[in-house]
Amino acid sequence: MTGTVVIALQRLRQQAAQSAWHLVCLPVAATCLFPLVWMVSSSLKTQRTVFTDYSLIPAVPHVENYARAWTQGRFGLYFLNSLGYTALIVTGVVACSALAAYAFSRFTFRGSGFFYKLLLSTMLIPIPGAFVALYILLNQMGLIDQGSGHWLARVGYILPQINGGLAFGIFILKPFFDGIPKELEESAEVDGCGVLGVFCHIMLPLAKPALGVVALLTSLAAWNEFLLAYLVFSRHELMPLQRGLLAFHGAHLTEYPLLMAGMVISILPIVAIYLVMQRTIIQGITAGAVKG
Amino acid sequence: MSSTERRAIAPYLFFLPALVLFLTFSVYPFYLLTHTSLFEWDGISLAKSFVGFSNYWNVLAHDPVFWTSFSQAGYITLLALTLQNALALLLAIAVNRRLAGGTFYRTVFFLPPILSEIVVGLVWFWIYDGNFGILNEALTHLGLSDFARAWLADRNTALTAVAIIHMWKGFGWGFVIFLAGLQTIPEQLYEAARVDGAGAWLRFRHITLPLLVPVCVVVSILTILGTMQIFALIIATTGGGPGYHTEVPITRIFHSMLGTSRFGYACAQGIVFGLILLVFSLVQMRFQRRAV
Repeated sequence: MTGTVVIALQRLRQQAAQSAWHLVCLPVAATCLFPLVWMVSSSLKTQRTVFTDYSLIPAVPHVENYARAWTQGRFGLYFLNSLGYTALIVTGVVACSALAAYAFSRFTFRGSGFFYKLLLSTMLIPIPGAFVALYILLNQMGLIDQGSGHWLARVGYILPQINGGLAFGIFILKPFFDGIPKELEESAEVDGCGVLGVFCHIMLPLAKPALGVVALLTSLAAWNEFLLAYLVFSRHELMPLQRGLLAFHGAHLTEYPLLMAGMVISILPIVAIYLVMQRTIIQGITAGAVKG
Repeated sequence: MSSTERRAIAPYLFFLPALVLFLTFSVYPFYLLTHTSLFEWDGISLAKSFVGFSNYWNVLAHDPVFWTSFSQAGYITLLALTLQNALALLLAIAVNRRLAGGTFYRTVFFLPPILSEIVVGLVWFWIYDGNFGILNEALTHLGLSDFARAWLADRNTALTAVAIIHMWKGFGWGFVIFLAGLQTIPEQLYEAARVDGAGAWLRFRHITLPLLVPVCVVVSILTILGTMQIFALIIATTGGGPGYHTEVPITRIFHSMLGTSRFGYACAQGIVFGLILLVFSLVQMRFQRRAV
């Protein structure tokens, strides 16, 4: 009798504790979601109703805002630019850091220890003025968008970001290569496979999970990059989404439905990728922090 | 070429792409940064005049706006270190208790961190807007219209308003890192403490907190480095205004470079600022070693 009462009381206490924690978590979750819901909702209203209609689900959803944002707002252009930049940056980071990480993992060559430490230290040591020097350098190389050389500024935008992703890529990939047994390569070499063949046909396929982490986190960073885009581009045709959003906001201060449609366009790919791959993304982010 | 020769040069070839990028976009700019900081240079003309350390002296002694911007970034950092990280830890503890809906919370809390600062800044720009903002609208509905104001344009509220956006965007980072840290603490420790009659507070105080010190240090360093170098969010919301009230070091460096064309001075500002950040992280790492 008293036993059941104790158990019932314990369960009640547990439920109360759970409810208390929900009371903490739910409001925070609501504030995380609200701006996003508000963004989508406003993107479906008209210029006239957006400041008076505070309903979350507009009576008449104006889906055509998205078409207007895509063409008139030039978000289609910015979107394709972002897509191209991100694809090239991710390819560059994955290729260069996989090659370098493999070299660091399997060979000791002159300067390997020094460069490995130097590369990883760039992840820890802040150089907040680096962008000034980068601007000077890109300017010397003619890679700043100043009226001449249409595509050169794109190069000036992509290459520094490939470099910027190297440290993280090598940091993730080298330990992964270290963990792959050497016997695999040795037997392949006996079968007549060259060093490059071993790398391409044996190591890369095995390293897919780690390459995926690098690709995912690099693409998030590249998609959201702003500072370099702000430095390098002045023409709309070259701008990625983040720079384009700011340009649109500057030119059409209160055209909120179109701006919000543009923002939804800009976050759709990363939110989709995040929802599908969140476990990988969060693991990649916490890997360095908790280990280090 | 014999196969042993090929094996000997292979690591260099594997490392070459990364090395070229790293030398061009990290090492050489670092040299440019320190070199340019010793000159008076407008960024365009061929003539630079050597001024020794006078740029540094001017940063340290004759640039009150820079130090105002520094303390303003410090104010945001202080709020982030205390409020944001306390919230992150609290939520991590909640979700770590196998709370029903834990996966949902984890997904939602990490949504703001994956959005770009521009998107987040522009949404909140509208929320805070004096004429059309929903914050003022909500206050009016609650009968608090006396408090309504142009939050980002009011010198009394602008900086705190920006800090709130920054914390909203950032707490999810701390949350996932704390959560990963909590999950490394073995459950047996808590069970043993429970058997010994330790209550929830004692278990937190004597098991969770001490074992979480390394993670706390990492989160603090990331918070300090990330917040002190805040930039895109400022550009998307206030641009440093009203007056100088939301200027931060990076906006000042930008201003020196592209606003007043003082490249040497911008480099000196960047180096001084970088050294201060370096000292902060070194002190914290020291502290971590002693605590462990």
